[in-house]
Amino acid sequence: MVLDQDLVRHLSESSVSVELETEDMTLNIGPQHPSTHGVLRLVARVDGERAFDVQPVIGYMHRGYEKLAEVRSYPQITTLVNRIDWVSGYANEVPFIVAAEKLLEIEVPERAQYIRLILTEMARISSHLVFMASYPLELGAPTPLFFALRERERVLDLLEGVTGGRFHPNFNRIGGVKPAYGSGSSTRKVIQDLPAGFLAETRDAMDKVTVAVDEINSLVAGNEIILARTKGVGVLPPEVAASYGVSGPNLRASGVGFDLRKVEDYLPYHLFDFEVPVGENGDCWDRWHVRLLEIRQSVRIIQQAIDGIPSGPLQAKVPKVIKVPKGETYVRAENPKGEMGYYLVSNGAQGPYRLKIRSASFSNISILPWILEGVLIPDIIAIMGSLDFVLGDVDR
Amino acid sequence: MTSFLTDLFSNFWVSLAGKLLIVALMIPLVGMVIGFAEMKLSAKMQARVGPYFAGGRWGWAQLIADGVKFFQKEDLIPAEADRPVFKLAPVLVLVSTVALLVVIPFGPDLIFRDLSVGVFFALAISSLSTIGILMAGWSSANKYSLMGGLRAAGQLIAYELPLVLAVVGAVILAETMSMAGIVEAQVSAGYPFVIFQFVGFAVFMIAALAELTRIPFDMPIAESELVMGYLTEYSGFRFLFFFLAEFANMFTLSAIAVTLFLGGWWLPGIPDDVLAYAGPLILVAKTFLLVFIMIWFRWTFPRFREDQLQSLAWKVLVPLALANIAITAVFKVVLG
Repeated sequence: MVLDQDLVRHLSESSVSVELETEDMTLNIGPQHPSTHGVLRLVARVDGERAFDVQPVIGYMHRGYEKLAEVRSYPQITTLVNRIDWVSGYANEVPFIVAAEKLLEIEVPERAQYIRLILTEMARISSHLVFMASYPLELGAPTPLFFALRERERVLDLLEGVTGGRFHPNFNRIGGVKPAYGSGSSTRKVIQDLPAGFLAETRDAMDKVTVAVDEINSLVAGNEIILARTKGVGVLPPEVAASYGVSGPNLRASGVGFDLRKVEDYLPYHLFDFEVPVGENGDCWDRWHVRLLEIRQSVRIIQQAIDGIPSGPLQAKVPKVIKVPKGETYVRAENPKGEMGYYLVSNGAQGPYRLKIRSASFSNISILPWILEGVLIPDIIAIMGSLDFVLGDVDR
Repeated sequence: MTSFLTDLFSNFWVSLAGKLLIVALMIPLVGMVIGFAEMKLSAKMQARVGPYFAGGRWGWAQLIADGVKFFQKEDLIPAEADRPVFKLAPVLVLVSTVALLVVIPFGPDLIFRDLSVGVFFALAISSLSTIGILMAGWSSANKYSLMGGLRAAGQLIAYELPLVLAVVGAVILAETMSMAGIVEAQVSAGYPFVIFQFVGFAVFMIAALAELTRIPFDMPIAESELVMGYLTEYSGFRFLFFFLAEFANMFTLSAIAVTLFLGGWWLPGIPDDVLAYAGPLILVAKTFLLVFIMIWFRWTFPRFREDQLQSLAWKVLVPLALANIAITAVFKVVLG
């Protein structure tokens, strides 16, 4: 018998290629799903547990804020913008107001700036605590949720005490801030200032938050399963993160130490001593850990601000009817979720001619098709959760 | 009077009816007790109060209220569903739980049926529920349900082998596969097998958690991933069946672990005539201790990934269980 080498090779190859031919399934994750943070929809082609070609579908929460802003006056727009990223409503207001003040060339009193800074950092703490609450839940551990939300309530109570709103403070005015109630008695003329005892209570709350953060750290970071689920999962290299416009803690977790608080001057951050925590590998674990460290830095900033808060007026002199002079400006700020920017075009009217909102979550989720290619379904949830986006911030 | 009762219960059909009644009452009762314990314990662990209003004090009637609510709900079956399979699945899951009760010795002479291959029966029946889960996942005509069902089937491959291997050590020590015989072997040995079979006990409990699809192995349900897994399309009393089966299964599997490793109804230092009556209480107390540990895990740990369970089972649990068998066998031959 003559062995035909070609035939042998052909047979061996054909036997390899006869694999089980299985059909891929299209899986629709969302818009109604327990862990898509609202109404994000992912369309994925899944082969067993592995997902390919994941396409995010957005727009289910579009509210047209950019268009609405064109038919409203500047003070009215703050009500809109603190509904963009509702987890940190206060932080959204500041850059918008600063943009208007920049065009008006108003110097904001120092005390008002300090109050803005304290409340912005509080918003950051509350936003990161929501992440600390929801992320273990997405990995299947329900208990840290309650501890993190309990601490967040402390911070929200303080925010409410000053502004009157837990989620939507609507507190900034052009030229300063306007507390909900003052420290004066009912018989005397009410002086608009921070509520009595606010600074002492804040100091107390910050101490408690520090303890709680250590508690959460030991509860979550000491857990082998959490480490196994997050370490090395969803690695985002710095150059990819930068090219997709990923910002905030997600970018810093990839090892890029870029923080707008160190670069921009929308609030007097240069007066304070704080560090910018960065991650090493850019995986889910680093994104969790960077946010934990950021809470500690925010506590540090708030403590310094309470120590150094100057006295003085809360409001600069502004005309009764505010008309912003013709011009355009872009103000960007380091929000809890990442870079938040407002491009403001004024034609001299009471409201903006055009307002372009650059929201952090929108750019952050643009990475999803890249980062979710070929991952397991449980990891889709782990990675999505670690990016910490809010659908209001994506769709505006 | 006593002789009349003895005569009555020596009748096969009467005693069968009596046993069926006990099982029929025991499953919902145990399910409710464990369900309530889970609610209250999870509340304690999470700085909450838990059920508070139903029944007046501690919300003790919460589970009854929940049960009544489930029965009032509309019985929804998806239009595309495979109706007979969809209806049969919860029954099968509950039946496997009930059948497990048969071989558990509650006291020196209190056992529904002392099978000579009791351990084998228990392990075989306990994996029946996975078929019910697979049926539920398949028949729901829902992609999430299907994935949940398939995950359950994949999980079966992972935990079934360690589960079987873990009990072999206890069987070697007892030299019998009868559940009552294993307890008696522990009584005559004077110590519960867990002392020399700790590895077997630990492997058994981990595998039992996987069998129960509870955290950290609740991948077939995986709320944050698969919505509710194979339960997604179930509502009303069919959902209640699954729910009840989960809680009752916690009880039965823990009771098997207690019987095999913790001495069952026996407690050292208690005279035999007291044990005859206190046996069931001792067994239930030990069982609830294990149930508590399961609840504790449920509210403390996150969820493994499917592939991590496989590697845990094949790379850690199976070798451990095999080593345990080898060492036990050697010691048995050398010392016994």
